[in-house]
Amino acid sequence: MIASGEDFLLAVEGVVKTFAVRQPLVERLRLRPRLHAVAVDGVSLAVRKGETLGLVGESGSGKTTLARSILRLIEPDSGSIHFDGRDITHAKRSELQSVRRRMQIVFQDPYSSLNPRLRVGAAVVEPALVHGLVTKDGAKAHVEEMLGLVGLPASAADRYPRQLSGGQRQRVAIARALSVRPEVLIADEPVSALDVSIQAQILNLLGDLLEQLGLTMVFIAHQLSVVRHISDRVAIMYLGRIVEHGPTEQVFGDPQHPYTRALLAAAPRPDPSRRHTRAATRGDVPSPLHIPSGCRFRTRCAFAEERCSVDDPALAEVAPGQQAACHVLPFGRGATDASSPPVT
Amino acid sequence: MEAPSATEEAVLDGRSGEPLLSVRDLVTVFATAAGVVVAANGVSFDIGEGETMGLVGESGSGKSVTCRSILRLVPEPGEVIGGSVLFQGEDILSVSPRRLRGLRGSEISMIFQDPMSSLNPVYPIGDQISEPLRIHRRMGRREAREEAVGLLDRVGIPSPRERLDSYPHELSGGMRQRVMIAIAISCRPKLLLADEPTTALDVTIQDQILSLLLELQAENGMAILLVSHDLGVIAQTCDRVTVMYAGYVVEQTTTAELFARPRHPYTVALLEALPELAAERKDGRLVPIQGQPPDLAALPPGCPFAPRCELARATCSEVSMLTLEASLGHSTACPFSDEIGL
Repeated sequence: MIASGEDFLLAVEGVVKTFAVRQPLVERLRLRPRLHAVAVDGVSLAVRKGETLGLVGESGSGKTTLARSILRLIEPDSGSIHFDGRDITHAKRSELQSVRRRMQIVFQDPYSSLNPRLRVGAAVVEPALVHGLVTKDGAKAHVEEMLGLVGLPASAADRYPRQLSGGQRQRVAIARALSVRPEVLIADEPVSALDVSIQAQILNLLGDLLEQLGLTMVFIAHQLSVVRHISDRVAIMYLGRIVEHGPTEQVFGDPQHPYTRALLAAAPRPDPSRRHTRAATRGDVPSPLHIPSGCRFRTRCAFAEERCSVDDPALAEVAPGQQAACHVLPFGRGATDASSPPVT
Repeated sequence: MEAPSATEEAVLDGRSGEPLLSVRDLVTVFATAAGVVVAANGVSFDIGEGETMGLVGESGSGKSVTCRSILRLVPEPGEVIGGSVLFQGEDILSVSPRRLRGLRGSEISMIFQDPMSSLNPVYPIGDQISEPLRIHRRMGRREAREEAVGLLDRVGIPSPRERLDSYPHELSGGMRQRVMIAIAISCRPKLLLADEPTTALDVTIQDQILSLLLELQAENGMAILLVSHDLGVIAQTCDRVTVMYAGYVVEQTTTAELFARPRHPYTVALLEALPELAAERKDGRLVPIQGQPPDLAALPPGCPFAPRCELARATCSEVSMLTLEASLGHSTACPFSDEIGL
């Protein structure tokens, strides 16, 4: 997936991350093999400088684990992570510190990601002080600048998080991330906990900041409309794999993986002329402890054929820049099937 | 008010006399340290038999409190202090505790956002589905168990007989919600109160659960009150919609009307803020609602939306929010909607 020579700021290659599951004592005494939940199962992707990559998936798809591996908040079992040409997969603490100054994360829940006992000003300047970017004397000016950047008044510096609304807290979390002047921002469901009216404020703010600061962003969300709005490219994840990947409008406009189609069909649209009809998928997402053989989506797929339970499809180019991992759909056989789920 | 449109006539025609549920001037308050907060303030709406009414609003709008007030399930320190909730002509707010038990889970049932916390973790799900059957439909143990198998099968749980002995923690979120729905429909209620039933679920599972609810409605003819923050969910499932803001009803009409011709500035702004609609604008920018969500302990006089309203005027502080009447037409709490072209 990673073409050499292009200007990729961030590249992930074959990353695998599993988590051992704690088993009851009885099972351990019987010396049963430990079960492993496969969170990320061989993911490769690359992000160009200045672009926004949207990472879409439902719970258990591995999107958050992947994001944390990129930041090296967790170490992957195998595979590699390159940042600005450097392999940081096994970087040591001191090395990581400089990497982390350049890569920052904003979490979903601004209620739990801010220290309730730290005033906003202290929270915003803390990372910059740690990284030695500002001195104590310059702290006040730095806080003012950062708060201004996210559209908060300088007076907010003296407030505690509990005195702020959810939207204001998310602005503080963004100001704190920007405080060390990063090049990459990883936003993990940054608007999922917010009301629609406030969500739009934060999305516009992120859009403005990307432009103003030339940031590169990995934007994780489960809401397709939000991802579509902000991303240049998207990667759709299912049970630890990227199943489709490409330019946003292409993937949403002409989805080539049955899962992408199902997601689009299932997403509620604010359009009363399209009444809810039958469900786009059947069944539950399988457990990451027991990933189906062959194609992992086959158990819920309307197009599954016999070979789908045997051959694990790899990502393959289906259109310029667009890749999908499906045996059936991209070659047109399923696409004309009358029983195909509705496509937006 | 304008003459009812074709869709409204259709709604009118489908009704025989009295509505199934008639909520009038409901007032629910919470006594907090910061003072008395009015969570639902003069809420009125009707639900006809077999109808789906959507109750939509953002956090703190009072939609869940309104829903819970119907079955007198408002948690402490909340209290319903005014209004009436007529169910088939009987005021639920004043019935005896015994009669209330007879109504709950039998004629009116409820499903919640988080099925993990509404199912009892220490009993197998078979027992939990059997319970209302044995109480309300006076079935014996074995008969109730057989009925439970049928119900689990109906809500789409694979191998239902084996599942009877499963505990809630052994099921996925979507399966737990299916179990909750099985319990809710076990006594064939006339009204189902669904408080954000799919908010905790993934989008493909939400889609499955909404399909299931609509199928069951078509089979049993039950009415549904669907509480949701998601305008997409409301648009695709409800016949009529009640929009709430800061405890007040601000607009009420058919779903088609609401999305085609919203008549309250809040509804207009809420629709404008959706990313789906930004795609249709030339610059692709979202149009957020300015300012912060309302502080229920310190609401301004008059219209609570005025501080965030782009069309606000000085007299907005004198608007009475309690004049909006439940009707089958299109009602808006904004007295200036005609003047501002809404």
